[in-house]
Amino acid sequence: MSAATLTADTPRKIQIALVGPPNCGKTTLFNTLTGGRQKTANYPGVTVERKSGQLRTPVGHSVELLDLPGSYSLRARSPDEAITRDVVLGRQTLEGLPDAVVCVTDATNLGQHLRLLLELRQLGRPLILALNMMDIAEQRGCQISIETLSKQLGIPVVTTVAMRKHGVQDLLGEIDTLLDQAPTTAGTATTDEWQEPSPDAIRAYHREVERLLKEAVIQEGAPERLTRQLDRVVLHPVAGPLILLSILFLMFQAVFSWAAIPMDWIDGGMAALQEAASARMVDSLLKSLLVDGIIAGIAGVVIFLPQILILFLFILLLEDFGYMTRAAFLMDRLMSGVGLNGRAFIPLLSSFACAVPGIMATRAIAHPLDRLTTILIAPLMTCSARLPVYILLIAAFIPNTTVWGGIGLQGLVMFGLYAIGVVGALLAAGILRLTVLRGNRQALLMELPSYKWPNPTNVLLGLWDRAKIFIRRIGTIILSVLVVLWFLSTFPGAPEGATEPAIYYSFAGIIGRGLEPLLAPIGFNWQIAIALVPGLAAREVAVAALGTVYALSGNEEAVTEALATTLASQWSLATALALLAWYVFAPQCLATLAAARRETNSWRWPAFMFVYLMALAYVAALVTYRVALALGGG
Amino acid sequence: MNVYTEQERQALEVGCLVKAGLTQPLGQMPQGSVGRILAVSGMGDHDVERGLLEMGFVEGACVEVLHYGLLGRDPLAVRINQSMTVALRQVEANIVLVGPLLDPTGPGTLSSQEQNG
Repeated sequence: MSAATLTADTPRKIQIALVGPPNCGKTTLFNTLTGGRQKTANYPGVTVERKSGQLRTPVGHSVELLDLPGSYSLRARSPDEAITRDVVLGRQTLEGLPDAVVCVTDATNLGQHLRLLLELRQLGRPLILALNMMDIAEQRGCQISIETLSKQLGIPVVTTVAMRKHGVQDLLGEIDTLLDQAPTTAGTATTDEWQEPSPDAIRAYHREVERLLKEAVIQEGAPERLTRQLDRVVLHPVAGPLILLSILFLMFQAVFSWAAIPMDWIDGGMAALQEAASARMVDSLLKSLLVDGIIAGIAGVVIFLPQILILFLFILLLEDFGYMTRAAFLMDRLMSGVGLNGRAFIPLLSSFACAVPGIMATRAIAHPLDRLTTILIAPLMTCSARLPVYILLIAAFIPNTTVWGGIGLQGLVMFGLYAIGVVGALLAAGILRLTVLRGNRQALLMELPSYKWPNPTNVLLGLWDRAKIFIRRIGTIILSVLVVLWFLSTFPGAPEGATEPAIYYSFAGIIGRGLEPLLAPIGFNWQIAIALVPGLAAREVAVAALGTVYALSGNEEAVTEALATTLASQWSLATALALLAWYVFAPQCLATLAAARRETNSWRWPAFMFVYLMALAYVAALVTYRVALALGGG
Repeated sequence: MNVYTEQERQALEVGCLVKAGLTQPLGQMPQGSVGRILAVSGMGDHDVERGLLEMGFVEGACVEVLHYGLLGRDPLAVRINQSMTVALRQVEANIVLVGPLLDPTGPGTLSSQEQNG
């Protein structure tokens, strides 16, 4: 929604903000309250997700509910938390002051979580406290006097069990009561006076929480035991890293093996579509554009949807279960060695699916230098867009044999490419932190939440979000690149009596031939040079482009034979290996550069990212090509 | 009048306890041991101090060191008041001074929870 829709003649929509510390079940409560009717967009200027949903209260108020990023305090330490602060204080230009704030706290951890409520109460705005996860607290024998707490705080208090929709009616009722009392216009600007609390002010909040709990808690609950016992294994100095490695191994196994079946379906479906279109249309430029350009290109990309979804399914499950912070704990020492933060593990892991959500996830990293380093190395994680290139070249050039007693050579090469990316990223981070990004480190300070069963609704809604982002990308960037590529490789046509294939004379051919002298030292021919031109926009397009280049080259076999066979007969092994090495490093993704631009709010860092990765790619390909030639791979 | 301010008095007390070997930085505590936080001082760095306070490392809180990392005992996982576990690095952990649990039934300790529950 744009600011323009909030004009005077349309009644202002009632806005309620959900605020709470991380891991208090806020998102589950949000999903329950809005019933999945929600919109995800970005706040202007930053890529922090703005999640909002519609709900109707029993009395009939139509409310827009905002799910704000989790925060322990209004004193924002990361871009994520800054959004929470700005919305609550009415500093976010898009929103204005929310009509009411619902502060969600984990009832099993009130001692730590009530402080945020006290900070919010200080603002003097309409406020409701929701004690979430009340069922777990009660199971542990905890008894809290809601009346006392409400009286002491001077605000309405409700208990909720977000996962089972308990207490949601109570909460809606309180919202109604509050809305009918509160002035419906946006509040006055009292919150302008807000200042960050000093250390002693935080100590005073702690004492106040202690006093409140002494009054309101009738019986303390027994401490959680299961999480402690699990952590004894999961965070064990030896067993912990082994478990982490096994989980990662299982994850990548799943990405490759489970995805094979849906990928076959998509492949079959797209082939059928191509055939149908081909049979129904008369030979024309339009048919060429549709069949050779668009359908073939999209087929090459949409096929990765299953792999991306499986990877994100794992990430979302592990995150909801509470394991991701444990992984960050285990990885922190290793990553702090190269100047990174353990928290960077999660964005980097997401980058294996796609660097764009990975770069967006860095907003949870508070320290600007840590965050910038993570953004700059995220494209080195082998994203799924590289897979088509890797799969194609490995199938074409690496023999399908086994080495060292049963390990497949092809799989080993694939693993090696992933490993080079990771090692390269760690080295790059270390060098960046010693040179351009020198500065002090950020504290880790990370809550390790109690383990809990993942919530299916949360996971499914999260997956749906990822799928939408990917499909939107296909529909916008990739589709337009494909059309441009088709145009470049079709016009101008071959002259009369041409000896070379038509594409040789096209714009793409001219650009490719122009780049050839630059790329010849690393073993790339003009066909590769042409494929790399559109491949700069999106990596996976290069496969489609190679297909187009060879199919349009008049090489009839290329159409019927597999592209792999064609390449195997036309390229040297050294060229193929050099192209693989190039692909580990090359920054061939407009979407990633655009995401880096949004996150850093300048062109300087994406430009730097492009240059350093391009230089790395060239050197890597050059070394690989020369070494392979010297070893007889020509 | 030459009287100590409250802060100076606290600093002196903590200093005496350190000298007597009764307090230690959080990062030096043996795994599995418990104690009560005596002082959190960022030594002028208010951001680290506030960060620690906001995660529950406040004077009077009961802490238990649950886990240490493999290399250099870094990072460490600390349970605060039996309710929240926080991971932090040695650098920050050593800003937190921990003394013995003089009153094992005080707020946030194991035995107080077991008595009640």
